[in-house]
Amino acid sequence: MSQDMSDDKLPQAHGAGEGHGEVAAADNPFADPGLPPHEPRRTDIDERAAKRAERQVSLLFIVSMLATVGFIASYVAIDPAKIVYIFPLGHISALNFALGMTLGVALFCIGAGAVHWARTLMSDVELPAERHPIEADDEVRADVIQQFKTGAGESGFGRRKMIRNTLIGSMALVPLSGVVLLRDLGPLPGTSLDTTAWKEATPTTPIRLINVNTNLPMKAEDIAVGSLTFAKPGPSALRPDGLQESDEDFQQVIAKSALMLIRIQPSDIKDAKSAALGFEGVLAYSKICTHVGCPISLYEQQTHHALCPCHQSTFDLSDGARVIFGPAGHPLPQLKITTDASGYLIATQDFDLPVGPSFWERNA
Amino acid sequence: MSSSASAKTAAPASTRAKPANKAEAAADYLDGRLGIYSLAKSNLRKIFPDHWSFMLGEICLYTFIIIILTGVYLTLFFKPSMGEVVYNGSYAPLNGIRMSEAYASTLNISFEVRGGLLIRQIHHWAAIVFVAAMFVHMMRVFFTGAFRKPREINWIFGFLLLFLGFFDGFLGYSLPDDLLSGTGIRFMEGAILAVPLVGTYISFFLFGGEFPGTDIVPRFFTIHVLLIPGVMLGLLVAHLILVFYHKHTQWAGPGRTEKNVVGMPLMPVYMAKAGGFFFLVFGIIAAMSAIASVNPVWAYGPYRPDQVSTDAQPDWYMGFAEGLIRVMPGWEIRAWGHTLNLGVFIPLMLFPLVLVLIAVYPFIESWITGDKREHHILDRPRNAPVRTALGAAWISLYLVLLSGGGNDLIATHFHLSLNDITYFVRAGSFIVPVITYFVTKRWCLGLQRRDKEKVLHGRETGVIKRLPHGEFIEVHAQLPQDKLHTLTSHEQYEPVELPAEVDENGVARKVGLLTKTRAKLSEGYFGEHGQITKPTAEEHHEITSGHGHH
Ligand code: FES
Repeated sequence: MSQDMSDDKLPQAHGAGEGHGEVAAADNPFADPGLPPHEPRRTDIDERAAKRAERQVSLLFIVSMLATVGFIASYVAIDPAKIVYIFPLGHISALNFALGMTLGVALFCIGAGAVHWARTLMSDVELPAERHPIEADDEVRADVIQQFKTGAGESGFGRRKMIRNTLIGSMALVPLSGVVLLRDLGPLPGTSLDTTAWKEATPTTPIRLINVNTNLPMKAEDIAVGSLTFAKPGPSALRPDGLQESDEDFQQVIAKSALMLIRIQPSDIKDAKSAALGFEGVLAYSKICTHVGCPISLYEQQTHHALCPCHQSTFDLSDGARVIFGPAGHPLPQLKITTDASGYLIATQDFDLPVGPSFWERNA
Repeated sequence: MSSSASAKTAAPASTRAKPANKAEAAADYLDGRLGIYSLAKSNLRKIFPDHWSFMLGEICLYTFIIIILTGVYLTLFFKPSMGEVVYNGSYAPLNGIRMSEAYASTLNISFEVRGGLLIRQIHHWAAIVFVAAMFVHMMRVFFTGAFRKPREINWIFGFLLLFLGFFDGFLGYSLPDDLLSGTGIRFMEGAILAVPLVGTYISFFLFGGEFPGTDIVPRFFTIHVLLIPGVMLGLLVAHLILVFYHKHTQWAGPGRTEKNVVGMPLMPVYMAKAGGFFFLVFGIIAAMSAIASVNPVWAYGPYRPDQVSTDAQPDWYMGFAEGLIRVMPGWEIRAWGHTLNLGVFIPLMLFPLVLVLIAVYPFIESWITGDKREHHILDRPRNAPVRTALGAAWISLYLVLLSGGGNDLIATHFHLSLNDITYFVRAGSFIVPVITYFVTKRWCLGLQRRDKEKVLHGRETGVIKRLPHGEFIEVHAQLPQDKLHTLTSHEQYEPVELPAEVDENGVARKVGLLTKTRAKLSEGYFGEHGQITKPTAEEHHEITSGHGHH
């Protein structure tokens, strides 16, 4: 591939064939004049300056010692609960501040001392050292290749094809056992992503909607037009007390079943199907964003837009939670709700779509 | 030492001369077991060139050490468990609240363990500085061409360290199981689910079932403290061995060639400076941690999948990924009973792709130049305009996406429309890098031209002289030879030419697409618009020998 690239296209290697300094300068003003002579520092020639530098270095080390003592003293003496006001930082933990500052000073002064010492008192004469090419010369190269060939020949690796091929085969397969061992990391997904805790709800065994804040069932008239309420599943056959925070699987269930309830004037609802899933303008949407699953928490009552704080996907709740901005790919799932005999809001079936971020097997 | 006369008799012990003191004796002891003298022979006075930008790599190394030290301390107190507890501790606002043991022990570290908060802060601050320093260090290596042969492999090692650093940072951020970190994990779940075919399976195996389950924190903990740091430590050692083996690069200058390295010896100057610098870095980070609080997890509360805090932001180095995900339109393809979530999957793929392009750049460039020689003298960025422009374009893309990742903050701070920022970022991701590329390239060429001017006509002195016939001129002073040398010592490649269309026998020659691409690229790099030809000694001679050069 590189046969079209002859070496004469490469630039002259830097510094090649240049003598040192003045001789070359006569005909080549760009020639390398060689290392400049060393310029002595103040501390190199003035013993008083050197002594001063020495004292400065030691002073830094002494400050470091004092700071370490201060660190230990703060650790022992300061109450961890103590809050102090320090301008301009505000109210902060006294212990954290004292420990951090003393440790900082203790470490910094060691460093500053060492660097100051190196800069003022240690020699600053620049020395050249030779580089050796990384590549071996041809003789070494030939020798190594010969050795390798001898070794390979003695193993018979190239000659005994059957051994070679079966070795490659076994080496290729054996890592599979490692992969197989990972299988028990978790259960297979099955269809679990398609359903939520609301799936138990049927017209004969409905599930009540429970207000997340009050832990009480809700009636349609509790929800004011333009307000946003959050709800969770109430008692069901499997969970007679409803979903409680103390339930072992609370996090997992709430991650899919959380509801967002809003009420819109029925005449303002643009999507007929969505209106039918709701009850007198009360609509129950999944609170989990269909982008990557953040809970949606910002609602603008004028426009009925709900905004996800994570990546700002915006859904029009008056229009079937259609995505009107941002990276989400499909509308929020909606839960069909109605009321029971005592007027409480209930669900009679699961969401119309799988909740949360989309996945390969999702079929809707 | 070697003059020991007793050597010829069969001495019962070593043939070596008596050590002069205890320290020598100890060294002799070690040498007999570890061979330290041979090791130290060429290394004690090994030469290190000095330049402020070389300390960027040192900051990476030192912050890595600080992260490991503080990390070990934190593991002594942290409980990587998602078991539920009711908090009952000294942070009153969360008393009686249900949370995971992970979060409770993080609160415990912050409020009950004396100095625990400080160590947590140092750990987090050091991680932030670590990634930032790796970024800037990598830029330094990129813009100076220090990645060229023989250092391409070390570039890859460094790149892997950066990549792993990102991930370990993300995992560490996820461990306290506070509201913010839980949101980050949820994001990760969504991203994994977007992978076609296997996404759901990976997600279930990772979380041990449905999100969030109870396994993720202990699993992340092992990966965060053991797996990734282990791999990073190995890479880091390899990286440093190679740095040592290749020796440092250096800037062009008088006395500096491709065949030498000019600087100060390891012992004592470099040891003192580098060793001291470790303490400087550590000290500054400790003071920063005393003053500025990062990630106050107690303010967010424990994670609950149905709650979120409004400033859901990742650490800045993930901001570029966050930007990609925020500005991507929500494309979804549904067919044959399956869903392909392009809106998440494309950013998920672009994130590593953008990085991998940087990883392979050394190989692309060396293919274009066809240069197989070793390089130890650094390029000034202006002398490699196309490379510099590409780097600048990449940085501009990063910044555009970062502003996409912080679009909500920008919107609230500058009272802009969030939607407008997102539209701008969408378009800007394509336009801004192109503009940056051209501007940077022109700028580099301008600087090259100025160098040439300086070499040929000297430096402006600010002295105005009146010539006998009344004209005013500014006196230009000849540059000294070392300056002339420094300004003209860079290399200039010539573009590859395509072979003639017919060969010497008049038969049409086949020119492969690859060869053609290479010629095109090479023309772009080194053609007329890619560089300014260097002044030659003859040109200089001609101008300086004439009268009244100005
Ligand atoms: S999770 Fe809601 S916009 Fe990304």
